[in-house]
Amino acid sequence: MIVDGTAPAALPSQLPQSPPIRSRLALTIAGFGALAIASCVLAPLVGSSSISLRRALDSSIPFASNVDAQILFIARLPRVLAGALVGAALASAGVVFQALLRNPLATPFTLGVSAGASLGAMLVIILGGTLAVGPLSPVPAASLAGAGLAAAIVYALANGPRRVMSTTVLLLAGVTLNAFFSALILFVQYLADVAEVYRATRWLMGDLDVGSFTPIVAALPLIVIAGIIFARMPSALNLMGVDSDSAAARGVDVAATQRWAFFSASLATSAAVALAGPIGFIGIVVPHLVRLLVGVDHRIVLPASALFGATFLVISDMLARTLLAPVEIPVGIVTAIIGGPFFLWLLVREA
Amino acid sequence: MAARSRSLIARLRLRHLRLRLAGSISLPALRAGVVVAAVAFVAACRAAEAPSAATEPRIVSLVPAVTEMLFAIGAGRQVVAVSSYDHFPPEVSALPKVGALIDPDTERILSLRPTLVVVYGSQNDVEARFKKAGVATFNYRHGVTDAILGTLDTITALGAATGHEAQARELVVRMTSNLDKVRMAVAGRDRPRTLLVIGRQPKTLQGIYVAGGGGFLNEMLEIAGGQNVFEDIKRESVQPSSETLLRRAPDALLELRATEPAGNYPGGDLEVWNTLASIPAVRNQKVQALVGDHVVVPGPRLAEGAEAIARALHPDAFK
Repeated sequence: MIVDGTAPAALPSQLPQSPPIRSRLALTIAGFGALAIASCVLAPLVGSSSISLRRALDSSIPFASNVDAQILFIARLPRVLAGALVGAALASAGVVFQALLRNPLATPFTLGVSAGASLGAMLVIILGGTLAVGPLSPVPAASLAGAGLAAAIVYALANGPRRVMSTTVLLLAGVTLNAFFSALILFVQYLADVAEVYRATRWLMGDLDVGSFTPIVAALPLIVIAGIIFARMPSALNLMGVDSDSAAARGVDVAATQRWAFFSASLATSAAVALAGPIGFIGIVVPHLVRLLVGVDHRIVLPASALFGATFLVISDMLARTLLAPVEIPVGIVTAIIGGPFFLWLLVREA
Repeated sequence: MAARSRSLIARLRLRHLRLRLAGSISLPALRAGVVVAAVAFVAACRAAEAPSAATEPRIVSLVPAVTEMLFAIGAGRQVVAVSSYDHFPPEVSALPKVGALIDPDTERILSLRPTLVVVYGSQNDVEARFKKAGVATFNYRHGVTDAILGTLDTITALGAATGHEAQARELVVRMTSNLDKVRMAVAGRDRPRTLLVIGRQPKTLQGIYVAGGGGFLNEMLEIAGGQNVFEDIKRESVQPSSETLLRRAPDALLELRATEPAGNYPGGDLEVWNTLASIPAVRNQKVQALVGDHVVVPGPRLAEGAEAIARALHPDAFK
C-alpha cells in the first residue's frame, strides 16, 4: 500500500546533527509513554468522591454490592480508557491531516467529518431514533453514519480516478461541507424542543462518561485499524511534506498515500467523535506542542502525538470531573480553555 | 376571524407597497401615496380597535404550563393562539401555533389582536415589543424555589387577569387539597432516596439528566414521600456522572418521560441500568418509568403528577 524508501536511508536531510532515529524514537516513546501511563494510573484514583482502593480490589465482597469496585471499574476505568483512546486518535489524526493538507491549521474536524457525525447524533437525539447496531447505541451509530457520509462526499469531490488528490479541493470541499452540515444542525435544532436542543448542544461539548466498556468495545476496532495504517505512513508523510513531486521521485506512491492518509485519519476521527462527541483542540494543539519538543520527523511526531494526546485528554477529563464536583464541566470546554490560550501563544511566538 | 384580520392586513400591506412603487415615479404621487396610505392605516387601526374593546380578552400563550392553567380556570375560550409545544388540553390542537421560547412570530401574534400575551421570563425583548404595541403581557417563569407555590400564585393572578377569579380560587383549593391527600397517603412512611431521571440517550447510560434540588419536580417528589438524592444541588437539572450516581446510591429510580420514546420498544430500555448493579434501586428492582406530560409540566395537573410518583414509590399506600 504505502511504498517508501526503507527507513534510515530516507531520513530527511534537515536533521543532520540528530542522533540516530532509532534511539531518538525509543527515547521519545519512553518519555511520552511514561507520561501517558502515569496519567492513566493517576486518573482512576481521583474523582468526584474518594474510593478505598483496598475495598475496591477486595474480591471477598461481591462486585454487585461493592460500591468502590463499581466506581473504579464501571465509572472511572472506562472513562479513562475512553479518554486515552479518543485523545490518541484525535491527536494522531490531526498530525496526518496536517501532513495530508500541508496546512498547519488543519484539524481532524477540518474536512467535515465531525460536522457529519454531529448531524447524525443531533438527528437521533432530537428525533429519538432507537436503532442500535451491535455494541453501538443509537446516537454513536448515527454519528458514525454521518461521519462516513461526510467523508465519502469529500472524497468523491476531491478524487478523480488514478490521479493525485487535490488538497485544495479537499480543503475547500471540507470547509464548505462543514458549513453546510452546521447549517443543517442549526436547522434541526431550531425545529426541536428546548430540552432536546439543550441535550443536543451538550453532546457537542464532548463527554467521556461512557458508563460501561461497551461503547469502547464498539469504537476500539476502528481506532486500531486506523492506528495500524498510521504506523506504516510516517516516512511517506515526511517526503510528501516537502512536496509531492520530490516524494514521487523518491518512490512514494503519492496518490495511494493520500488515500490511505485520508481514509485512516477520517476513520480515527469518526470513531473518536462517535465515542465522545467532537472534543476540540486536541487535534491541533497536541501535534504542534509535540513538534516544538521533538522536531518535525513524522516517525517521531506521530507516535509522540498519539501518546501525548492520550495524556492531555485523560488529564483534561480528570479536571472536568473534579474541579466543580459533584457537578461536571463538559470536557470539550476544559480542552478548549486549556488549548485555546496555549495555541494563541504558540501562534504569536511563531509569528 | 383571525384569518380575516390577517388577510386584511395583508391587503393593506399590498396596497401600501403599490403606492410606494407608484410614489417612486414622481414626488407628488409619492406625497399623495403617503397620505392615502396613512389614512388607510389609521382607518384600519380604528377598525381593528373598535371590536376588541367590546369583546372579552384575547390571550396568546407562549407557555404550555400557562395554557393549561388558562383552560383549567375556564378562560380557555379567551385563548386565541398557543405555542408550538402546546399539546394539552386537546382543545389547543385547533388553535393557531405561533412559535415559542426562541421563535415567537410577533407579526402573526399581533395580527391576532391579542389583549394579553403570556411570555416566558427570559423573553424580555419580546415582552418589550408587545408593550410598545400596546398589548399587555403576562410574564411567567418556572420557580427554582417554591415552584409549586409559584404555580398556584400564577393561577390566582391569571384568574384576576381574565376575570375568572372564582374558578382560579377553586382550582387552587382543589390542587392544594389533592396535593395534601398525596402527602397524607404517604405520611409516616420511609422516604426512599430517589433519583428522578429526566433525560438519557436511548439504550445507554450516557447523557443522563436528573432533577436537582430546585424546581417543581423536587417538590413533587418531596410531597410524594421521596427524598431527592441530588437535593443538595439547588438547580432544576443536574447532569451527574456514573460515578456520582454510584456514590449517591439511590434506593429508587424513576425515569420521567413526557412521551414514550419513538420506535416503541416494549418495556423501554430500563435494563441499561443493570450495569450499575451496586445502586440499591437497581439491585432491588426499583427502577421504573413514568410516562405522560402530567409528570413533567408544572401546571394544574401537579397533584396528578405527585400522585403518580407516590404510587410508584409507595404502592402499598394506595391499596
